[in-house]
Amino acid sequence: MIPVCPLSALPRGEAVRVEGDVPIAVFHTEDGEVLAIDDTCTHQDASLADGWLEGCEVECPLHASRFNLHTGAVDAPPAKRPVRTHQVHIQDATVYVTLSEDEPNLPPGVSAGSVGAAP
Amino acid sequence: MNRVIVVGASLAGLATARSLRAQGYDGELVVVGEEPHRPYDRPPLSKEFLAGTTDIADLTLEADGEHLGIDWRLGTRADRLENGRVHLDDGSTWTYDGLVIATGTRPRTDVVGARLDGVHLLRTVDDALALREGLRRGGRVVVVGGGYIGSEVASTARAMGCEVTLLVSGTTPLHHALGPHAVAVSDLHHRHGVEVVTRARVTGIRPSGGSLVVHLADDRQLPADRVVLGTGAVPAIAWLDGYGIELGDGVLCDPTGGTSLPGVVAVGDCSAWFDPALGRHHRKEHWTSAIDQAPVAARTLLGGEAPATAARRAPYLWSDIHGSRIQMAGHAELADTCEVETGSVADGSFVAVYRRGGHPVAVLGVNQPKHFMSVRRRLVSIPAVPSLQGATA
Repeated sequence: MIPVCPLSALPRGEAVRVEGDVPIAVFHTEDGEVLAIDDTCTHQDASLADGWLEGCEVECPLHASRFNLHTGAVDAPPAKRPVRTHQVHIQDATVYVTLSEDEPNLPPGVSAGSVGAAP
Repeated sequence: MNRVIVVGASLAGLATARSLRAQGYDGELVVVGEEPHRPYDRPPLSKEFLAGTTDIADLTLEADGEHLGIDWRLGTRADRLENGRVHLDDGSTWTYDGLVIATGTRPRTDVVGARLDGVHLLRTVDDALALREGLRRGGRVVVVGGGYIGSEVASTARAMGCEVTLLVSGTTPLHHALGPHAVAVSDLHHRHGVEVVTRARVTGIRPSGGSLVVHLADDRQLPADRVVLGTGAVPAIAWLDGYGIELGDGVLCDPTGGTSLPGVVAVGDCSAWFDPALGRHHRKEHWTSAIDQAPVAARTLLGGEAPATAARRAPYLWSDIHGSRIQMAGHAELADTCEVETGSVADGSFVAVYRRGGHPVAVLGVNQPKHFMSVRRRLVSIPAVPSLQGATA
């Protein structure tokens, strides 16, 4: 499990990017759920933590692809492939993530360790 | 409802077909498309697809393994809508319980010489492939048009090694879209070696010994190996004219996509939905508008309850010009002030916020996606600013 941050540091409606070979985005929805997906849009290199969170969907900040935070599925194009989802645990008011063991769907030109979506 | 026909097989048509299925419609679903291709994404046609760094497979809008149960009628155009029947140019006629009009736009071609060899339009993937072939031969390219397509094609052609001149009718490219900070785009063109000719009015394009000459109103003549016309587009609604559906600058719709005919909705670039805040019909040629309208129009057609609020979000669009990421959201034309809040125009990395009466109504970002989004989320929707009501009517 990777410790992310204290729950109090992630207000509802906000997201945090967790750096790594494949960065992770952790969202706290308006409904109070904490959900984690790969941070990099599967269409082009962009950070979904910077995206538009609405309900349990996030819209990519660049080209408006939408992903379901529960399933990782694409709900609106231009992205065609899902993002991975990761298990979230909250212990002692701290957010932890257990990484998926699936292969990530990274966009063309991006590989693990080379993601450059940070601002 | 047993049969829904969608005329138009691009983003708006596909998105509406998807929404119909998502909202439980399980009847016959026919999608008619003039081009032979399944739905594909158009924004890359002037950018990475034109450059040749992505291919047709990358443009597909349908997700892997997506099955919407659609009866595709591609390479077929709708000719007219008469007595509750859609007539296609293959001679077939179709009755329907629901009709979705999503025929998009056609490029303007009202320039003398627009049909000459070496003069290109850019609307379809086939247009883009033809232009790509031409640009690969290098030489002198004149791009006519001060909008996004013009600036993006100029940028791509330059990166492909062409000698590029961009003709704009105003004082800078994208002046209409970006307002005072459009100068940032002029700077990008200058830095990357694109010659920008401002206040240019093209009187015609003429052949000249195997190449072309672009004639301007001030008597200048610009030699060119090829010319690209990026002079705007008009709604592709001629096929509906005279059949009892109300048309204006687009198919006139109520705020939920319903047209003047029962059981008929219109979405995307060809539609002008009534905007209660602006107090008028308003046609938005934005990728994100088509996506936002689709679930609302589907609900209208299926007779469900009041639509979601997504269609009320401020319009958003993006562009990539000479490697810079340009993002714009909101209604810059309503602003009375505009200030750079982060970065600097001179450095080519900034966020500018447009306000009216102190309220943010639009935001422009160049190479600042994170900060841009933080402002975009705070944009005041028009009804929340009473002084804006009817401002642009």
